[in-house]
Amino acid sequence: MTAGTVTPYRPGQRTGRDGFAQLLRAEWTKFRTVRGWVIGLVIALLVMLGLGLFGAAGSNGSCQSTSGGPTRSGQGCFTAPPVGPGGEAVSDSFYFVRQPLSGNGTITVRVTSLTGLIPAGNGPGTATKPGLVPWAKAGIIIKASTQPGSAYAAMMVTADHGVRMQDNFTGDTAGQPGAVTAQDPRWLRLTRSGGTITGYDSADGLHWTQVGTVRLAGLPPTVQAGLFAAAPAYQAISESLGGGENGTIAPSQDTAVFDHVSLSGASPAGAWSGDYVGADYGSGIGGYHQTGGRFTVTGSGDIAPAVPGQAGGEDLTVAVFLVGTFAGLIAVIVVATMFITAEYRRGLIRTTLTASPRRGRVLAAKAIVLGSVTFATGLVAAAAAVILGTQLARSRVYVFPVSWLTELRMVVGTAALVAVVAVLALAVGTMLRRSAAAVTVVIVAIVLPYLLGVVSVLPVGAADWVLRITPAAAFAVQQALPQYSQVTALYSPGGGGGYFPLAPWAGFAVLCGWTALAVALALVLLRRRDV
Amino acid sequence: MTLPVPANTESANTVPALAGPATARPLGLAEALHAEWTKTRTIASTGWLLLAAIALTVAVGAAAAAGTSCPSGVACQVDPAKVSLIGIDLGQAVVAIVAVLAISTEYSTGMIRITLSAMPRRTVVLAAKAAVLGGLVLAAGTIAVLASVLAGRLTLSGHGFTPARGYELLSLGHGPVLRAAAGSVLYLALIALLSLGVATAVRDSAVAIGVVLGLLYLFPIVANVVGNAHWHRHLEQIGPMTAGLAIQATTDLTSLPISPWAGLGVLAAWAAAALLAGGLVLVMRDA
Repeated sequence: MTAGTVTPYRPGQRTGRDGFAQLLRAEWTKFRTVRGWVIGLVIALLVMLGLGLFGAAGSNGSCQSTSGGPTRSGQGCFTAPPVGPGGEAVSDSFYFVRQPLSGNGTITVRVTSLTGLIPAGNGPGTATKPGLVPWAKAGIIIKASTQPGSAYAAMMVTADHGVRMQDNFTGDTAGQPGAVTAQDPRWLRLTRSGGTITGYDSADGLHWTQVGTVRLAGLPPTVQAGLFAAAPAYQAISESLGGGENGTIAPSQDTAVFDHVSLSGASPAGAWSGDYVGADYGSGIGGYHQTGGRFTVTGSGDIAPAVPGQAGGEDLTVAVFLVGTFAGLIAVIVVATMFITAEYRRGLIRTTLTASPRRGRVLAAKAIVLGSVTFATGLVAAAAAVILGTQLARSRVYVFPVSWLTELRMVVGTAALVAVVAVLALAVGTMLRRSAAAVTVVIVAIVLPYLLGVVSVLPVGAADWVLRITPAAAFAVQQALPQYSQVTALYSPGGGGGYFPLAPWAGFAVLCGWTALAVALALVLLRRRDV
Repeated sequence: MTLPVPANTESANTVPALAGPATARPLGLAEALHAEWTKTRTIASTGWLLLAAIALTVAVGAAAAAGTSCPSGVACQVDPAKVSLIGIDLGQAVVAIVAVLAISTEYSTGMIRITLSAMPRRTVVLAAKAAVLGGLVLAAGTIAVLASVLAGRLTLSGHGFTPARGYELLSLGHGPVLRAAAGSVLYLALIALLSLGVATAVRDSAVAIGVVLGLLYLFPIVANVVGNAHWHRHLEQIGPMTAGLAIQATTDLTSLPISPWAGLGVLAAWAAAALLAGGLVLVMRDA
């Protein structure tokens, strides 16, 4: 064995009194002087980055234009959805019967009916039948302008979710439950006072209940107020195995009947005009007619956050650039396991434990060295993958914008994930003392559940459970977009969305729990067993 | 304080001065097979690991079958054979351990020098190892697959997968199911050969198992996020696991990225390439 310098025996020195700093230094020296391990981490970094960029490049979508024209690719394939006040991608297309409102004011209506049409068969362009999608909505809205993505607050009746107050695409507050009928109409009211808009609902127009109040930043003095109707695209989500598929997506429409319409304020012009807002999927359906005080408004589209896979073209989230994490983890797991199993194989563990007889401290020093080194590796790789991947993909496909805080959480979370998995591998290696078995156990514990839950043939319910209780739950830190209860979509971990059943840090906590358990077991075994 | 540094280079211990027995004729494949069989048989871990592979394969398959149901009135796109055999996804990892250990243990203990002194024809040693390993895995795989199919047959029929709704009972008499079952056994054996080849090339067990599991698991994960349908399909066609497991499909064959037997052929090509690389390294490098 090519040994380094051996510490000479120094009489008079108290044994077992070596400081923790020296122990850390010793473990760091062991780590950095084994060329194979350093190479292993470099490989981890490169594959994390390389596969992430491959994921970005592999999304170079070529698409057939809807009219059957030539195949196009790159930017011709997607129209970027508008961006809402919060910075998120939104759908903002609906039919708007409006007039300007200067300064403060109030709009009040009674809704007596909400009906609609949904596709009868599969695919767009087929016949329709009466019906409503669950989030078909119609009501009153105060909006900064008719520009898609501008700030708004709205009171609405919906097909299946009762009265709602929604604002700025992500805000959603429930009002009176139940569907609207001629016998059971709904009264809705929005009041603007400066930058604050308050929504009320009522069953009889006499007794009003406040549903919510929101502050819209940057609301101009003159806003657009009026009636709207929107119905999201009809989706037959077939929860097939292996993540499910968005089946049929075809436009739907809804028609609402309003009366007792009143708009009071500084300068209501008095004349109503109808407009399409936005040019999203399903537009082209809409209109209104007015007889006396009765308005019938028909619309299609949605006023809500946009969700991957529904824009018609190709889109992806930042999470795709982190797909290399799996490959990087495998390399990290191999290195982390060998950090302890090599000591057993070479017999070095006896020297180590003779030099530092308090075994828990040895394991702690190893965990700290390994955790720090792998965290740094993961951080560099994840940050580079996200930054470069976004640059690379932006010209080819639509990348959903996320806030820098979310991006930071994804990058730091990925680095922490890599570090904690390294400690887990160290603990399992200490327990099993055999490289092959330990490496397999850890890889199978973290990569296989993801594979089974996301790509494989497990039913959706079972896949959700796999991603809740196994260490793979920690991949939730890589979720880019939140789930919206007010948008119907297939929220599955697979595909472009990457929606996990647990919240990001909750999923990470599951991994930490498993790691804590493994470290505790490893400590017990390390103390009890002879080396 | 400076600690001795664990060396990654092979230690220069004295090579055992054992020559082969004083026979005139060189040792052939039969002796090599016998030697490998003895070595494999007398290591306790081989038996335990193969038992674990069988148990895990059957347990995961049975759990998946128990968790899969087809409520009446819903068109289920479920392949009953594939669900029953999903345990292979996990069982193959244990098979890979067995295969990796078959050669890497020899390197970590120094046994390889004795083996190669006694049996200087290195390709024969590798061939004998491959044969013994393949035979063992075929036997263990047969048990695991038969038990998985049986568990699936007993469970799935109670979960809405009844002949009345177009799902035949899982039976080896049914051609595609027989192909899925026999193919899964072959799949496991090929995974063992792939692992043996990789481990012979890299020698260290931890690195070898990492490489093997990476090869198996990464293709489907990366393919899953690649949006381009063309690339997605190609990744699934060349991945040893994604292509090899096409053999398990019994329904909806047209949606497969690669036809069942061609897929198993892709895996066989991977295994052959790994064995070839391992064999070359074994012949050309000092042990």
